Amino acid sequence: MPGRLRDGALAALPLAPGPLLFGASFGVLAADAGLNSVATVLMSATTFAGSAQFAAASVLETGGGAIAAIVVAVLLNARYVPLSVSVASIFPGSRRRRLVESQLIVDESWALAGRNGNFEYGVLVGAGLLFYVLWVGGTAAGTIVGDLLDPEAIGLDAAFPALFLALLVPYVRARRSLVAAVLAAAITFVLIPVAPPGVPVVAAALACLVGLRR
Amino acid sequence: VSDAWIVVAVVGAATVLLKAAGPVFLGRRELPTRVAGVVEVLAPAMLAALVVTQLFGGDRELVFDGPRLLGVAAAGVALVLRAPLIVVIVVAGAAAGLARLLT
Repeated sequence: MPGRLRDGALAALPLAPGPLLFGASFGVLAADAGLNSVATVLMSATTFAGSAQFAAASVLETGGGAIAAIVVAVLLNARYVPLSVSVASIFPGSRRRRLVESQLIVDESWALAGRNGNFEYGVLVGAGLLFYVLWVGGTAAGTIVGDLLDPEAIGLDAAFPALFLALLVPYVRARRSLVAAVLAAAITFVLIPVAPPGVPVVAAALACLVGLRR
Repeated sequence: VSDAWIVVAVVGAATVLLKAAGPVFLGRRELPTRVAGVVEVLAPAMLAALVVTQLFGGDRELVFDGPRLLGVAAAGVALVLRAPLIVVIVVAGAAAGLARLLT
């Protein structure tokens, strides 16, 4: 491994338990949502974005159907467009190589790569590679453990909303994000009793229109 | 083909394209301000909707489940205490599971 990639992986090491345990919990929760272990591990390997994967699995688990699960996960991952544009210039080489290496952009590798004020390619790819291996490996371990656990007894139905709440907290420090979150929560709450499962969470995306205001 | 496999394939393919947006498709071109504004609030909007769905969602009804609410309340306390993500999840599950054992 070239020196700069190793530096990136080393910088990411203190964060290593995160993707490993988080990946394992995705493996456990996905089993509950009806994904078999091959589909679960494949999703971690191709999507490699925790919140969207949990979102898709949770919509399936509550009977929201494939379309709602896809819409919600893709809308969540739309935030990767600005992240990806911000690091566009640091990726060298051919189009194919950039396509592959850009998959290592996740919140944590992006944040580490920019910690010195300008984005460092070696840190992003080195940290991303480490997180990728831990994420996919953790997921695989989770699918094995998940088959042995009873979802109700370990409180999985509380773990799902708690997870989304925890992911939401860092966003709502910005006023506009807080307004969008409250509006989306209200839309969902009002629609649950009247609309089929899956519709409320997709309709809540309308709340993002508050972002049009400058 | 099951719903689960369709979701895995489509979300996987879409995410590959979204992550490649900068390095492969757009380069350093900036997003228009209004588009950037909408994208910026998409994630918090979707996460908030997921919290509500997971917490109260039933089949066309609102469900208020004691142990589940207790678990998420315990997670809220863990969040206020700035616990790491994995601890928040474990606290929620443990509190709900324990409440079920005791009731």
